[in-house]
Amino acid sequence: MVEFTLPKNSKVQQGKHFPAATGATRIKRVEVYRWDPDTDENPRIDSYEIDLDQCGAKVLDLIIKIKDEVDSSLTFRRSCREGVCGSCSMNVNGKNTLACIKPIADINGTVKIFPLPHMDVVKDLVADMTHFYAQYSSIKPWIKTQTPAPADSERLQSVEERKQLDGLYECVLCACCSTSCPSYWWNSERYLGPAVLLQAYRWINDSRDENTGERLDELEDPFKLYRCHTIMNCTDTCPKGLNPAKAIGEIKKLLLVRQEG
Amino acid sequence: MSYQTPLAKARGLGSAKNGTKHWWMQRVTAVALIPLSFWLILFVQQLFHASYPEIKQWLVSPLNFTLLIAWSFVGFYHAALGLQVVIEDYLSPEWLKIVTVWLVKLTFMGAAIAALVFAIRIAISVG
Repeated sequence: MVEFTLPKNSKVQQGKHFPAATGATRIKRVEVYRWDPDTDENPRIDSYEIDLDQCGAKVLDLIIKIKDEVDSSLTFRRSCREGVCGSCSMNVNGKNTLACIKPIADINGTVKIFPLPHMDVVKDLVADMTHFYAQYSSIKPWIKTQTPAPADSERLQSVEERKQLDGLYECVLCACCSTSCPSYWWNSERYLGPAVLLQAYRWINDSRDENTGERLDELEDPFKLYRCHTIMNCTDTCPKGLNPAKAIGEIKKLLLVRQEG
Repeated sequence: MSYQTPLAKARGLGSAKNGTKHWWMQRVTAVALIPLSFWLILFVQQLFHASYPEIKQWLVSPLNFTLLIAWSFVGFYHAALGLQVVIEDYLSPEWLKIVTVWLVKLTFMGAAIAALVFAIRIAISVG
């Protein structure tokens, strides 16, 4: 819901500053959102000066270097460091992205790192993804069939049928798109958001699945689906270059065809 | 304090099994309003240049009369659909949402009926 008064602990304060080591030449200033639930303090922005000659090329390298060498209390998620696990999604200079594939060279001036917008924060850059994952579970992201699988082979798909999953199966559920969507900010209790709807379409569009009608039934709802007003932030921000807005449009088209076609 | 699971919260009351008609009619009325609004601009332009009896005469021609009613109905319907979306987006308490959407529908229905009544009165006064 829209809130005009900010909840407790919303006011972000200026935090500590960590200057670069002496002799550093290529200095990059990095500002990072910090919040610790164990203290009663408001969030703060800590700033760090990092020598780029001593650091890897991506934004994730910056924060790993900070954690390793400057401030071990900095908390964030990361795993694969190559854009396939979706763990290190965060807001970098105003845009949600995966820190591990975001080049530092893309950023002019200070690097500003925040957690995903409009999510509860567990600590520092770690957003609470519980509801997001529960919404993903709610669309039953697995194949559902009545026909038993062939006894001696897997369920077959033609090359063309498999191609229909391109642009959908690559989604790593990093939630960059959902948390960039104003509709998701205001109504995430009920609106499924672009990531989960793209995943829903991935199963609707799977030629092997036999549950399309029930899947569409579940989505046909003013809030679950129709909160999408084609704002397109999802497609704009997706670090994998996918198009959740198009997937949502395809779901709407199928619902229309089913009813009016 | 709640021991409800995250999945139970996410599934909530389930699907309302509607929304497609609302979404589609918003688009249908939007497209219909393009030509209708061009016609309305022509009509409003007449208002500036013609006398009152001339306008009445022009208005009660079958085509113009139909277009005026069509513009009113389609326009008010489109406005009600659009405002409903705004209310659903930004009002959170369920009771307030339900009451406001109901008020919007009632208001625009009233406006459409009033438009029809006044148009008929003009037509009768000419006849």
